Amino acid sequence: MLSYMLKRIVSSLAVLLAIITITFLLMHAIPGGPFSSEKKISPAIMKNIEEHYRLNDSLWQQYVDYMANLSRFDLGPSFKYEGRSVNDIIRESFPVSLELGMVSIGLAIVIGIPAGALAALRQNKWPDYVTMLFATIGVSVPSFVLATLLIYVFALKLSLLPAAMWGSAEYVILPALALASHPTAFIARLTRSSMLEVLAQDYIKTARAKGLSEFVIMYRHALRNALIPVVTYIGPMAAGILTGSFIIETIFAIPGLGRHFVTSIYNRDYTVILGVTVFYSVLVISLNLVVDLIYPRLDPRIKLNGKGG
Amino acid sequence: MHVNKELFEPLHSQGHAEMQTRPITTYGQNAWRRLKEHKLAMVGLYTVLFIIFIAVIGPWVSHASYSDQNLMLANQAPSGEHWFGTDSLGRDLFIRVLYGARISLSIGIVASLINLTIGVIYGGVAGLLGGRVDRIMMGIVDVLYGIPMLLYVILLMVVLQPGLTNIFIALGIAYWLGMARIVRGQILSLKEQEYVLAARTLGASNWQILYRHLIPNSMGPIIITMTLAIPEAIFTEAFLSFIGLGVAAPMASWGVLSSEGVTSLRSYPFQLFFPAMAISITMLAFIFLGDGLRDALDPRTRR
Repeated sequence: MLSYMLKRIVSSLAVLLAIITITFLLMHAIPGGPFSSEKKISPAIMKNIEEHYRLNDSLWQQYVDYMANLSRFDLGPSFKYEGRSVNDIIRESFPVSLELGMVSIGLAIVIGIPAGALAALRQNKWPDYVTMLFATIGVSVPSFVLATLLIYVFALKLSLLPAAMWGSAEYVILPALALASHPTAFIARLTRSSMLEVLAQDYIKTARAKGLSEFVIMYRHALRNALIPVVTYIGPMAAGILTGSFIIETIFAIPGLGRHFVTSIYNRDYTVILGVTVFYSVLVISLNLVVDLIYPRLDPRIKLNGKGG
Repeated sequence: MHVNKELFEPLHSQGHAEMQTRPITTYGQNAWRRLKEHKLAMVGLYTVLFIIFIAVIGPWVSHASYSDQNLMLANQAPSGEHWFGTDSLGRDLFIRVLYGARISLSIGIVASLINLTIGVIYGGVAGLLGGRVDRIMMGIVDVLYGIPMLLYVILLMVVLQPGLTNIFIALGIAYWLGMARIVRGQILSLKEQEYVLAARTLGASNWQILYRHLIPNSMGPIIITMTLAIPEAIFTEAFLSFIGLGVAAPMASWGVLSSEGVTSLRSYPFQLFFPAMAISITMLAFIFLGDGLRDALDPRTRR
């Protein structure tokens, strides 16, 4: 167990190193460099700028500097916003994204799991059809379409909720719904199919034969086992919520990290793009690591021996 | 008991034994028969064929080009003249959605073909060679699987500059992991089959076995994965277009059209409605078809 954890942590660190290197090289492969898209700048100023951001050093030197700064959790300065570092931007805007993301994940779990379980229990009856209809729509309608529809109906036509910006609780509802649609639909489908599989198992029959109440059978025997595959979806879901937030935060004008990332893409603010990519990758990889480590506790059939599993 | 010759009448063959078996069907026929029984899948299939059909011939028979501008006709509501209305530059939205079908579908198809090629070769080699090679190759896939790929597609698009070819490249090289895993799993189980042993005994090389026996026999899961990869690619392109990394103007995919529609939602909601419908219907059609194919091609569910 301990050796598996160590192995897993070491390989995660190796992945991170590889990712940071690839990201760094990709960013430096851009023809022209970060300031070439600007209006004409006199060569002297250009030289000063490059001097200031140490763009004239060799690629290797820049890489070493970047890694050294990273090890102190310093992601460097922004190229577009003078006097602001990437760290400042993340510190200011990530809590907003985190709040939105947590609400969305909560929504996805609270709606998705019961809906999927209900569909499985009433297989081929109307609750099943209705749930699966919504789940299919949920995966086939792009989130930006859903977001604009929500704004159009609830903010513009009914004037129930604010259309954009960030503030009190009511500002969270629409963007969280739009962001949660995809994972909710996915969780509902996943729960349903895994629940159907579990319900066909012999131990459910045994539980029935023992005369346990339907509630105990469903809750303690079926649902708990059916949820194991759902746990593996946490990693991809977090990644989906992260990238989904780029669009949702842009549409709703939410001052989160996702919108900053999109703005930095528009502005070609390379250090911010680089920094946020590294930050998000670290986040998702750590989350995957945590899920991998708690997974065997949920499912004793999985043995941790460093192989397979 | 007296045994004589009369007891040993030869039984005249009346063909009863043969009558017991149903006509032999090939894998393809069988799959097609099962697919036909799956109503939603057929709806999906016909919708996909219909969309491909109008994407191919639509722009030929239309009276205007996707880039024809007429500012006098800007932002007109849907009418008999302009079925889907016009956009802010007076371009006919129906024609733009038709052209968008071409671009979005070709992105979906080309990107998933690239995935397919990389994934099948990678997964095939890993599965066939097995052992340490397999462990290392799949270790790399597992590692890459944990990365939010969309971030890297975005980075690639920033580096490569927006444009149709670059979208093919970025999507193609980012999303082959699932395919590689599926092919490798298939090959691992198939290569233990007797016909592979027979082929090997006859002196077939690894490559021949992979190409002639293993990959054709893994076609079912490959087709399913590909059917589901196409809408995924269309979706991703729409996402990229939305953050300004899609195809270049005046060309327009459904993603570009939708994101243009979003900006004018308050005054002209129909400009978002039609391209969004196009994306959603295509997604639904491919998902239905993929689900149906899964039931039809998976031998484990064969009745």
